[in-house]
Amino acid sequence: MTPRIETIAIDSLMLRLFDQIDEANMPWLMAAAERLHAAFGAQLIDLVPSYTTLMLHYDCLELSEAQALERVQLALKGLQPLAMNASGQRHELPVWYHPSVGPDLQPLAHRAGCTAEQVIERHCSRDYPVFTLGFAPGFGYMGLVDPSIAAPRLATPRQRVPKGSVGIAERQTAVYPLVSPGGWNLIGRYPLALFDRERDGYSLLKPGDRVRFVAIDQPEFLRLGGDPTPMEPTP
Amino acid sequence: MSLLRVEHSLGFAQLQDGGRFGVRQLGVTQGGALDWIAQHWANWLLGNPLDACVIEIPLGGLTLRAEADGWLALCGADLNAKLDQQPLAPWQAFAIRSGQQLEFTQPRSGVRAYLAAAGGFKATPVLRSVATVMREGLGGLHGDGTGLKSGDQLTYSAQPAIGRNMPPEAIPDYQSAVTLQLLLGAQSSQFNGASLFALFNQHWTLDQRADRMGMRLTGPVLHYQGDALISEGIPLGAVQVPPDGQPIVLLNDRQTIGGYPRLGALTPASIARLAQCAPGQKIRLQPIGQQQARQEQLALITCWPVVPAASSSF
Repeated sequence: MTPRIETIAIDSLMLRLFDQIDEANMPWLMAAAERLHAAFGAQLIDLVPSYTTLMLHYDCLELSEAQALERVQLALKGLQPLAMNASGQRHELPVWYHPSVGPDLQPLAHRAGCTAEQVIERHCSRDYPVFTLGFAPGFGYMGLVDPSIAAPRLATPRQRVPKGSVGIAERQTAVYPLVSPGGWNLIGRYPLALFDRERDGYSLLKPGDRVRFVAIDQPEFLRLGGDPTPMEPTP
Repeated sequence: MSLLRVEHSLGFAQLQDGGRFGVRQLGVTQGGALDWIAQHWANWLLGNPLDACVIEIPLGGLTLRAEADGWLALCGADLNAKLDQQPLAPWQAFAIRSGQQLEFTQPRSGVRAYLAAAGGFKATPVLRSVATVMREGLGGLHGDGTGLKSGDQLTYSAQPAIGRNMPPEAIPDYQSAVTLQLLLGAQSSQFNGASLFALFNQHWTLDQRADRMGMRLTGPVLHYQGDALISEGIPLGAVQVPPDGQPIVLLNDRQTIGGYPRLGALTPASIARLAQCAPGQKIRLQPIGQQQARQEQLALITCWPVVPAASSSF
């Protein structure tokens, strides 16, 4: 595995391992991340995996770029992918799928030419890798959903998407960890916290984890502490 | 323990340290003082760790009242600061007596002032940093990302570690012409030649849309000719070009990943300089190589310990 490496800042390198989004990238990216952490130690400031790349932010006061490049080359020599079940944790995320908290559930079903129940079934039918986190703390970009339930982002993003909202954008899916604006198609709500400063590691999801969504009913959603405040339907 | 009470705040002044690290893979942004050089000097004047917690004050709109005697230092922008109605110039450490009022009203030179306190302002770190990031609800005095507001109580050490005077030659002139150094990289080779020529040979103007996430420059339209990108990590100071061809410099509170093509990134010293520019400021960009950029950064960093601490004024 020889990535293409680019200088992107005085103290950062971009390591390009792949050209296309693919679930099979993740075990490689996670294996590379492990090796890089070991090779750089305290001189690694941040390492950001994303779909096809690793952004490596190193301590440029301690290392020249040439030294950093040499460490990268050594670290990635003979790289092997992590086993699928060793590249992070598997999570089951309970979701209450309902039009009152997922105003785009019915429109999405209509678009797919199926019932809302079938949309839910398809959304819950597979494990999704977490490709990267971004947009907000704990916001994991996951996928790829069944092509039949893929849908473009809303033409006009909502000003306020409630915390826990589960959305679909193209073939990606995600859960909003905190209240924010957002343009994804909302189909349900997750009752628990995705990002918690008191939790060890802070974020439930990490790059390389795998997620399975599990449908729950309203009583279970409430029992888990979910906020059932309904949303306005899409105009 | 010394104490400052916030009498009045427009909500933009906020606690900042060196930023939040080791968490970018969780989607958590960097935060930290935008003009890290002014922050370093303010802390240096009091013998603090250079990235100790300071108040970043953009434009003004902040009034503080001392409720105990203490030592503070002010660096960065001249915001027409007054201590009990008496003008207080930046780039110095000063004593404040219990009952005295310190106010920041409007910018006269530069945009962001940095107020340091003996030992650094005290706040409970969130994810190992007190950097205030409003959008993420992290850091600051209350840990929830809010800026300073009326009634907030800021505590700090009774005595500074040391008292220093500013070396006059190190005081920047924010009225001078602004040339920012851009380390070309990332997708820069996929912009056409005319765009790269214009990038370094025409004036840019800092747009109104300028905040801690990013600052937009207006000028010649730049044309990216490469393929659409898959989102990837974004370093501090990255210069991205959205489809309208007008570059945006991404700063401390930027989103952690993004999919717009980038020309490279500004050097850390240029990021600090940009932080003191007001909308409408004319800016030139200048290319710099990685090695030279690093040499200049090393030289800059080493200036803090080697400047003598002599002539202690208190």
